[in-house]
Amino acid sequence: MIFQPAIIALLLASLVCVGLLVVSAPFAFDIIRHWNIRSGSERQLVLERRTYLLSTLLTFVFATQLVALLLFVFNADKMSSMFVGAMCAVGTLNVNVFGFPALIAQIVVFFLAANWLVINHVDTRAHDYPLVRIKYILLLALLPLLLVAAVLQLRYFLGLKADVITSCCGSLFSEEAPGVTGDAAASPPLPTMIAFYVALALAAGAGLFYRLRKRGAYFVALFSGAAFVVAMAGILSFVSLYIYEHPHHHCPFCVLKPEYHYQGYWLYLPLFIGTAAGLGVGAIQPFSRVPSLTVIVPAFARKLATLAAVMWSLFAAVASFMILNSRLVLLEG
Amino acid sequence: MNAWIAKQQYLIDFTLSSLARRKAKNLGLLIVYTLIVFLLASVMLFTHALRHEAAHVLDGAPEVVLQRMVAGRHDLIPPGYLERLGRIRGVQNKEGRLWGYYYDPVVKANYTFMVPNREPVPAGTLVVGAALAKARGLAVGNVISFRSYSGKLFGFSVARILSPDTELVSADLVLLNEGDFRNFFEIAPGYFTDIALSVANPQEVRNVATKLAQQFPDSRPILRDEILRTYESIFNWREGIVLALASLAILAFAIFAWEKASGLSAEEKREIGILKAIGWETGDVIKMKFWEGALVSLAAFVFGYVLAYLHVFHTSAMLFTPVLKGWAVLYPHFDLPPVIDGFQVATLFFFTVFPYAAATLVPIWRAAITDPDSVMR
Repeated sequence: MIFQPAIIALLLASLVCVGLLVVSAPFAFDIIRHWNIRSGSERQLVLERRTYLLSTLLTFVFATQLVALLLFVFNADKMSSMFVGAMCAVGTLNVNVFGFPALIAQIVVFFLAANWLVINHVDTRAHDYPLVRIKYILLLALLPLLLVAAVLQLRYFLGLKADVITSCCGSLFSEEAPGVTGDAAASPPLPTMIAFYVALALAAGAGLFYRLRKRGAYFVALFSGAAFVVAMAGILSFVSLYIYEHPHHHCPFCVLKPEYHYQGYWLYLPLFIGTAAGLGVGAIQPFSRVPSLTVIVPAFARKLATLAAVMWSLFAAVASFMILNSRLVLLEG
Repeated sequence: MNAWIAKQQYLIDFTLSSLARRKAKNLGLLIVYTLIVFLLASVMLFTHALRHEAAHVLDGAPEVVLQRMVAGRHDLIPPGYLERLGRIRGVQNKEGRLWGYYYDPVVKANYTFMVPNREPVPAGTLVVGAALAKARGLAVGNVISFRSYSGKLFGFSVARILSPDTELVSADLVLLNEGDFRNFFEIAPGYFTDIALSVANPQEVRNVATKLAQQFPDSRPILRDEILRTYESIFNWREGIVLALASLAILAFAIFAWEKASGLSAEEKREIGILKAIGWETGDVIKMKFWEGALVSLAAFVFGYVLAYLHVFHTSAMLFTPVLKGWAVLYPHFDLPPVIDGFQVATLFFFTVFPYAAATLVPIWRAAITDPDSVMR
């Protein structure tokens, strides 16, 4: 089912992105091998110019990844009308085994790319570009991941086949019709709710603590990463139920729909920004001892930690508001 | 933060004035860009409106239609079939329907003859669709005669002409009395064309269909959802094919954009050289060029989209109608209700702005690394 506008667009985007990264890989390799900021040789000049191209290119690729992630989810939701049993994006992603892995791979690529951009930003602030080598080694490490995400996406789309009318519709019903499961598995509400608020409090607290004391950068990253996982579990387990006011509708995607007034964006925007910022604090921490970065890294990490703390608090507030505002009673007593 | 915004403001100011200085070159790019957006946006808006309309039309259709098959062909429902259906749980309402096609050699078109279940038509009269009435020049009270498949001539008077608002579904429709229908097509009492079932609970529809298929092995149940899904796939597929063909145009456009962006005139090169000599960094030049691309893209996107909107919803998409709509003698004339979908705008963005941005990345960088001394010498 390749001939769908959004699928063509997504495949085009991932093809161009992977293509750009593959083409730039030899340049990155060159930079890793020959970079020497103290040299005034012609080669060094050429390399320095190339770093501009590469960082522009990567910003472009990663920005595209972000938009593609959104389009991927929208598209999954739109296509749900074409599969028996699929009510929303969960059903569409369950059509074959590559659906959810493709989505998860894209989310992972998105967070890693965000971290790369944070490191890039810190590096360009310093006068001697101390992290150039590390940056491009990380870039080469990211390339296979991007490739995996693209291949998973391609396999997913190639495996889709819409359930359309056949000349004899009866045969569709007399045999065991292979409907897809439209529901996501979810954990029990009460324990998840406790874990949810504990994780959010830890993530926001770690961010705040870093802002005040400039200590515990790795904890900010660790708690943010953990909070992302727990928050997703929480959305699946009970936040979505409160939004839908339905005790069995565990769906992380329907909240983005107009039927629910796009409430999902209020949840997901702080969630993704908070996670990316929190992880970024940890990503630049190893470089705080580099002489030219001793001032830059803590200052930028402080900004990121503040952003993470604000976003986590906002996320908790939005989720709590949605729960309190709901007419659903999930926990009695 | 304020300093950052101020900086971008100055950059945009500068970019705008520098764009205005090279009107001819940028206008050419803008026109081609707008044309591409217009083309793709028209296809998308049009198919989306059609999809929307199809779903809207099917809203009132029965959940399940049961047809009887004989030797793999659609056949009449024999007497007693409807009564046997009665015991299926979940079926709220069931009715036998009578309809058929009639070829009229006068206008060389097929009509759909149908017996309405609600508001029966008095015997000897017809209610006809607007397109049909126009084709045959009919008015209320006129008498029209059809020669039936058995060779007999039947005369009817026109009781009413259906409103043109419903033309999409009623262009070729003829409503008549049950007795007239049975006489005209020589269908014995008790026989029906097919059976329409309404099922109250949407989750029960598949179960009902499964039971029908088991209980009546000689029948085929057709679900409304299935029809909808098929329409959806067909429209998406058509849209996808057109877009895939248009991808050649997009490729040509990307090459054009690449050429435009890399073919810097001596004057532009000198300008960048001077900017760098007075203290601009490579990064600043890239930012300026980024804003240039963003402004051009935004303008082209807005112009192209508005033009496409006008084209599709005010001129009935006259450029694409032959490809995307399909064809018939009594073709309904209909205006599509305007529908805009955020998802489609996002997809369109990927098809137009994304290739442009990708194609201009390297030329922008080439321009930005220009050495001041080499161009000012």
